[in-house]
Amino acid sequence: MAAVDHAHGHEHGHDGHGHHPTGLMRWVTTTNHKDIGSMYLWFSFAMFMVGGAMSLVIRAELFQPGLQVVSPAFYNQMITLHALIMVFGAIMPAFVGFANWMIPLQIGAPDMAFARMNNWSFWILPVAGSMLVGSMFVPGGASGTGWTLYPPLSIQMGMGMDMAIFGVHLLGMSSIMGSINIITTILNLRAPGMTLMKMPMFCWTWLITAYLLIAVMPVLAGAVTMLLTDRHFGTTFFDAAGGGDPVLFQHIFWFFGHPEVYIIALPAFGVISEVIPAFSRKPIFGYTSMVYAIASIAIISFFVWAHHMYTTGIPLTGQLYFMYATMLIAVPTGVKVFNWVATMWRGELTFETPMLFALGFLFLFTLGGFSGLVLSVTAVDIMLQDTYYVVAHFHYVMVAGAVFSAYAGAYYWLPKWTGHMYDETLGKAHFWLTLFFFNLTFFVQHFLGLAGMPRRIPDYALQFAEFNKLSSIGAFGLGLSQLLFLYVVIKCIKGGKKAEANVWGAPGLEWTVPSPAPYHTFEEPPVVK
Amino acid sequence: MQTAETNKTTKKKRTLAMLLGGVVVVMFGFGYGLVPLYNVMCRLTRQNDIGVADQIKNTQVDLSRFVTVEFDTNTHNLPWQFKSLQTSVRVHPGEMSQAIFEVTNDRNYAVSGQAIASYGPSFVAQYFKKIECFCFTRQTLGPSETRRMPVVFVVDSELPKEVNTITLSYTFFEIEGGTTNAKKAEVKAVRRVEAG
Repeated sequence: MAAVDHAHGHEHGHDGHGHHPTGLMRWVTTTNHKDIGSMYLWFSFAMFMVGGAMSLVIRAELFQPGLQVVSPAFYNQMITLHALIMVFGAIMPAFVGFANWMIPLQIGAPDMAFARMNNWSFWILPVAGSMLVGSMFVPGGASGTGWTLYPPLSIQMGMGMDMAIFGVHLLGMSSIMGSINIITTILNLRAPGMTLMKMPMFCWTWLITAYLLIAVMPVLAGAVTMLLTDRHFGTTFFDAAGGGDPVLFQHIFWFFGHPEVYIIALPAFGVISEVIPAFSRKPIFGYTSMVYAIASIAIISFFVWAHHMYTTGIPLTGQLYFMYATMLIAVPTGVKVFNWVATMWRGELTFETPMLFALGFLFLFTLGGFSGLVLSVTAVDIMLQDTYYVVAHFHYVMVAGAVFSAYAGAYYWLPKWTGHMYDETLGKAHFWLTLFFFNLTFFVQHFLGLAGMPRRIPDYALQFAEFNKLSSIGAFGLGLSQLLFLYVVIKCIKGGKKAEANVWGAPGLEWTVPSPAPYHTFEEPPVVK
Repeated sequence: MQTAETNKTTKKKRTLAMLLGGVVVVMFGFGYGLVPLYNVMCRLTRQNDIGVADQIKNTQVDLSRFVTVEFDTNTHNLPWQFKSLQTSVRVHPGEMSQAIFEVTNDRNYAVSGQAIASYGPSFVAQYFKKIECFCFTRQTLGPSETRRMPVVFVVDSELPKEVNTITLSYTFFEIEGGTTNAKKAEVKAVRRVEAG
């Protein structure tokens, strides 16, 4: 089958080159899912560097007590932009990039369902990204509200806030178009014989994530539109002086914000569910229960939003309901963790870089999940709300969860994308450096939070000095280690050991096409038995 | 045959995309729908009912015990003098009582403020029934004006036996943009008149 596809790929590859612009215009006008996937991944990495640089400004300020490096106003802008850029500019596009590259290859489709719309959903992103970054340079600077954009502060900010609002609108449009594309591709373009329950787990996670995105991105768009009209057009949705209620914004925001957490986490789960079976040489344990676990996580995620709002004065019964519902999410997530462990049980394990990142994910994401359970308890959360404990918790699930998973996926599929093996020694070095510095940065923040250090404040009491110094050293180490990844990728693109079609001996249609994957694949759909 | 197949897929793809686009529009509307839903929830749970007189259901006066109600007054960024004319009162649960508060505007221009009540211990809020209160409406004081304002209240006789002291604390907040809102209302009224 592979040979047949190969031949086809070449024929059409030639065809394609005939009427394809070259140079820059190739990338601007491309409708090829592989080109667009690559652009998403590069954009994501660039934003990861920008957002990372911002976090280093934050950590530089927090290296010592007192105000040394930046003004408190600029510090607030940094925490806001760091979060918005990392969530919407780095993590989400990274997984959309994986989706673009891998979903057609995994289900045996020639391309995404709406190739032109795919081009659009990518090219909106750089515009949105420059809006966010550019807002630093307008009078009054960028939004300093934190990524949650809570009123009343967000109603009082300068025009940087309007740019953030429009940036969020554009990012939302991009995600929605991308999601419609992914759902349509998965539901309509699967190869004959590829039933839904035979689909690779990565496609399953993305199918459900895309539904989540379609359901909640418009709600966020509505919330920021209300902010915009409150700011400029005399409405008073959130302005108490006109009968509005700032707490209402928190409800609408977190109705989006909590499913958003799983929008980030589910594709990460999907990548891990590809990598762990491949390096255990076993099919994934409990495929069906995995699918149901993903679906139930997605559904429950709509009904837990107010656990971000325990201190807003919601009634006690409400607090109890949201506490129990939040704890309930730990059950399907636990199912997934146990299934991954069971997949490795008695497998023929090898520990190449993708597997190391997957294992790092498994340990650290679970740790982040546990601190999440601690925070789900209302009585505890009231003590820990807005402390560094929360910061530590969500960086364990965002960085050690999503980013580690993205690295696992990148190393896993790099040979397929470039046709070369990456440098295994450097890859492993990247993993161990990242693991060490990540924990140095964030583990100590648990202690800071438990001791009462508040987040989003550029100064702190003297007793927090030691842990903050360690955390800042860790952050700079973590940031610098990521440059190593860039080097590994460039080295891998330039050359290296030739990669075979199926480098890891893994199942899945993507490994039946040669490496690097030809420009056009599966023009004749493969048959899945 | 090949094209017929492709056309069928294209049509299916289009239909699905339109459907999903419809979901997007509906969810955008749902975001706005959360606004009235929130107001309904607030009414049902009575979370935001700070400016509404309480209904008295329990009229039984419990003569067997006394509760001391202490008064505390604060202002938040407001050029007003605010005090209670009595430091505390001793009442029987179920008995109707009154306390008088006095507020003076220190400035030579009109200022609007809104008083917010809070209770110590906080759970007694549900047993402290205010029948009349200056905190139900915003207060606008003219230049250097002094005003005496009553609070008429009943401590519900369901109040747990172990509570013998309640602190009622009021804080006056300035209502910012009071004039702007008045102007907005004026503009709206004028528009309504013009419209017919």
